[in-house]
Amino acid sequence: MDAAIKLRGVVKAFGSITAVDGLDLEVPQGICLGLLGPNGAGKSTTMRLLTGQAIADSGELRVLEYELPREAKKARAEMGVVPQLDNLDVDVTVEDNLAVYARLYRVKDVRAAVDEALDLARLRDRRREAVDKLSGGMRRRLLLARGLVHNPRLVLLDEPTVGLDPQIRTEMWTLIGGLRSRGATILMSTHYIEEAERLADEVAVMHHGKIISRGRPADLIAEHAGRETAEVYGPPDRLAEVRAEAEAEGLPVRPAGPAIAIVGSEASTNGVIPEDAIRRAATLEDVFVLLTGEEAA
Amino acid sequence: MSTAQVGAKRLEPAAIAGVMSREVANFRTFWKATTFSSVLEPVIYLLAFGLGLGSTLVKNVDGLSYVEFVGTGMVATAVIFSSALPAMFGTFIKERFQRTYDAILAAPVDVEELVTAEALWIAIRAGFYGCFPLVVAMLFGLSPAWGMLTVPFFCFFTAFGFASFGIAVAASVPKIDSFNYVTTLIITPLFLVAGTFFPINQLPQGFQIAANFNPLYQLVELVRAASFGFEAVDSLRFAALIGFALVMWRLAVSRMTTRLVD
Ligand SMILES: Nc1ncnc2c1ncn2[C@@H]1O[C@H](COP(=O)(O)OP(=O)(O)OP(=O)(O)O)[C@@H](O)[C@H]1O
Ligand SMILES: [Mg+2]
Repeated sequence: MDAAIKLRGVVKAFGSITAVDGLDLEVPQGICLGLLGPNGAGKSTTMRLLTGQAIADSGELRVLEYELPREAKKARAEMGVVPQLDNLDVDVTVEDNLAVYARLYRVKDVRAAVDEALDLARLRDRRREAVDKLSGGMRRRLLLARGLVHNPRLVLLDEPTVGLDPQIRTEMWTLIGGLRSRGATILMSTHYIEEAERLADEVAVMHHGKIISRGRPADLIAEHAGRETAEVYGPPDRLAEVRAEAEAEGLPVRPAGPAIAIVGSEASTNGVIPEDAIRRAATLEDVFVLLTGEEAA
Repeated sequence: MSTAQVGAKRLEPAAIAGVMSREVANFRTFWKATTFSSVLEPVIYLLAFGLGLGSTLVKNVDGLSYVEFVGTGMVATAVIFSSALPAMFGTFIKERFQRTYDAILAAPVDVEELVTAEALWIAIRAGFYGCFPLVVAMLFGLSPAWGMLTVPFFCFFTAFGFASFGIAVAASVPKIDSFNYVTTLIITPLFLVAGTFFPINQLPQGFQIAANFNPLYQLVELVRAASFGFEAVDSLRFAALIGFALVMWRLAVSRMTTRLVD
């Protein structure tokens, strides 16, 4: 089976900034790939390249069975996009918002598609209300349902839960999980490690416009972070001291808010890990910070 | 899903209809305000100019009463203010603030279809609202004529050109405040020197020649011809309006492509 997305050597520069810098990315059909990366890594630019809203300077791009940018419009017809920022029509009713996009995506039975999307967003009883009367969580569900109104084979989610409170985020995770079990291929960019861990079959870490690591979350953790991480709290002087000792022993250390985290601490044998350190299982967060040098959300 | 034909051709009617349906859904939320001002504006102008100037200073302009002269001329005012300005502000707001175009262009719609649909919708609206001054002027004594049934078509093509112009402007300016230059330097002169409130032939020769390049002047002449009798030259005027609409349309498509596709 052909990959749903296949990018080879893709480059996209804006003036002196090279947002996407020789990107190779293949997403097999039916999986959810989490695209992790710090601010400015090139995640949104990658998404815009996939819809033909940005044109690559060089490289090969295939989406479903279409070659971009030549057949971008055909590819878009079978793709659903959920943007990072809400761009619903706020004065218009919930059902009209959905109906417009059902028409734009050439859905044959607009009414049936709208009903289905309303069920998905659990907004059937609010269908005739203007969008600006909805709560934040309802709006996010509607935004997601709008991107799925034509039952797309491939879904692009650009930071689908950024800026949402934990309850709404959990709701969105349930909806996205449901989408995956329906067999759609999902490419989801995110800053939230937990989101990637829960939803993604595979994770790709993007940095400076390239994928620097890729794999199943558990494999990435085992490969880059080992089994266990030790967090040490204390005054800055002491943390600097502990850090120097650990690094001398070859253990990677990263800042973790007020503490430092010694990654792969299970490998240490000669007592550089202080008694009062908190030992915990290694996480994708450890991997992310080690690879990109930046703290994630 | 059967999407086999999608994206195979340029200017697909389904894409254009889809974009227009979004405009219609939004228009349903504010049509009352638009209609109210479209009716009241010509009433105010006719009262102020028609009764003020018309009764004391000017009895006859080019053989017409002042109500006949201004009532027909104001069609052009209604057209430019319901096409160029909504296009400028609407496009800018949808592009920058509401990010509407990001969502539309993620669907199987291209920039050419998007621009065409937006200009078409504004042109249809302006074709309709452009007739309001004529209807209002009838209440002030303008006689109905069969020829007036052609006015919506003249308004449509003129408005399509000015809507496209507004879209092109919105795609070219860095900030919304830049619109001040465009309204002061382009729109105000065009609407003042269109033969709406005073006849062009009172102006110096240079202005008279320049006025021929003003689509609003051509529209005013066509509306008066529709009301008081066509002449051969009017088909040239109509052809010029269609030419104006076509040129502005292509300009809008190219400016918007630059703006929307990175
Ligand atoms: N239209 C544009 N014009 C100029 N520069 C751009 C444009 N779009 C993106 N960039 C730049 O390209 C780089 C990558 O941006 P992009 O939005 O793809 O990053 P991202 O990974 O999505 O970041 P974030 O997590 O902050 O959303 C950034 O430096 C950004 O400033
Ligand atoms: Mg982004």
